[in-house]
Amino acid sequence: MNTAGKKKVQEWLVTVPSLFWLILLFLIPTLIVFAIAFKPPDLYGGIGAGWTLETLRSLRKADYAIVIWRTLYLSLLTTAACILLATPAGYCLARTDPRWRQILLLLVIIPFWTSFLIRIFAWKTLLHPDGLVKKGMVFLHLVEPETSLLYNAWAVWLVMVYTFLPFAILPIYAAAEKFEFRLLEAAQDLGARRWQSWLYIFLPGIRRGLWTAILVVFIPALGSYVIPDIVGGPGGEMLGNKIAQRVFVDRNLPHASGLSALLILAVLLPLLAVLVLQRKKGEAASLIEEDA
Amino acid sequence: MKRSRFPLIVTWILLLFFYLPIFVLVLYSFNSSRFGGSWNGWSLHWYRQLYREREIWHALTNSLVVAFSATAVSLVLGTTAAIALHRFSSRLQKFHYTLIYTPLVVPEILMGISLLLFFAALKLELGLFTIFLAHVTFCISYVAMVVLGRLQDFDYAIVEAAQDLGAGWWTTLWRVLLPLLMPGIVAGGLLAFTLSIDDFVITFFVAGPGSTTLPIRIYSMIKHGSPPLINALSSILLLVTFLAVFFSQRLTKEVP
Repeated sequence: MNTAGKKKVQEWLVTVPSLFWLILLFLIPTLIVFAIAFKPPDLYGGIGAGWTLETLRSLRKADYAIVIWRTLYLSLLTTAACILLATPAGYCLARTDPRWRQILLLLVIIPFWTSFLIRIFAWKTLLHPDGLVKKGMVFLHLVEPETSLLYNAWAVWLVMVYTFLPFAILPIYAAAEKFEFRLLEAAQDLGARRWQSWLYIFLPGIRRGLWTAILVVFIPALGSYVIPDIVGGPGGEMLGNKIAQRVFVDRNLPHASGLSALLILAVLLPLLAVLVLQRKKGEAASLIEEDA
Repeated sequence: MKRSRFPLIVTWILLLFFYLPIFVLVLYSFNSSRFGGSWNGWSLHWYRQLYREREIWHALTNSLVVAFSATAVSLVLGTTAAIALHRFSSRLQKFHYTLIYTPLVVPEILMGISLLLFFAALKLELGLFTIFLAHVTFCISYVAMVVLGRLQDFDYAIVEAAQDLGAGWWTTLWRVLLPLLMPGIVAGGLLAFTLSIDDFVITFFVAGPGSTTLPIRIYSMIKHGSPPLINALSSILLLVTFLAVFFSQRLTKEVP
């Protein structure tokens, strides 16, 4: 066999296992979501035979508009809060001297490794009527004793910010670490105010990190399910809860897959938008690869 | 130039924000009171109670079985994927890269529901095996990314040199390639294990009766159980996490 042919065989040997697994258990299942939206349910909670448009019609009839709107605005507000908090934190991490930086970085990473459910539960206990936050706020006359901090859209927002913040800090820090901080000094020597040097020099300098942070917060936020489920109540429900209800409560898989197809499209749109924007600027699609 | 103190202050407030809830949780696990609001003195009561909960031990066993097997399989698939992505650059690898990368950005609930629909369409019975399949699927991407990161400064000339000097592919694999990749493989394995043992959303969708894992058990305790018991369980899990992070730091010296 010639060398080119041998190389091809080698390539296939190391590519096929993961490629096959992901086509079978990731690509095909994702495509199936779209197909099953056009299937009728059967009586046993499975998928019936034949094809129908009934599911899509019932999606329009059911009152999903408010849930979709809430999903969008909560995800946007979460992303905004995460970026606003993560940018100064990323800057601070990048400027701390390396010995302390390792420790600070570790402190940011540890919550990322700890159980997701436990962190949500911790907030549930804090916001609970008997919890510390609630008691403290009543003591300071910030809220009335009868106001509930739990089971509304704001509780969902708070816990989402808490959960997604480390994901925003890491890419912003990674970008800030490569930033040439002397540029800020130069700008200020030339008469720029501190906020001007931040706005016009620092933020554009770390824009890739910012874009990555926006994506890694906004996309998972759209699919949130556990957070609204535990701290949200009926007033804090998101699209993810509706999907889960169709699966676990009324066992209507086609209906669940119709909603999921909607969520997939919602996730794809911002992803494509960022990629197109990057390509237009001639920074050919390397955004994701570099900061991942 | 005088630096602004603002970023530093934000960072300290954020760290407080990160750790205060966890600290309160651990503190209250030692509270002898049944209700979260009042402090009735130190006690190990909830830890003893936890030890007697048989369902938790059963769920932990299930979680460990899934985590070990999913880690093993995803290590093999993820490492070969990383080697392929690093060594070759063809259109096939572009597609391969997209397939590896996309699961990292797709919300968990979408992976959960799509796998559930897939298994339902195949009429596959839900249980530990379907959980294992799902876990391998999301772990591959993480392992591949971590190992790929380690490969960035890896020179394939070493492999070719070994082969020129007469090493067969088996010897090359065991004596040259694997030892060099070991730090990446260990880091990837730790990540896969943690993700698998911690996963709730995807597992919840593909689990069947009798295949309760620890996170599913914790979820039903949060929904219906007694809070101090969850505090105690959480504190133990937090301790395990801190130890794992500490040791993985010492092993790899540098983390994502």
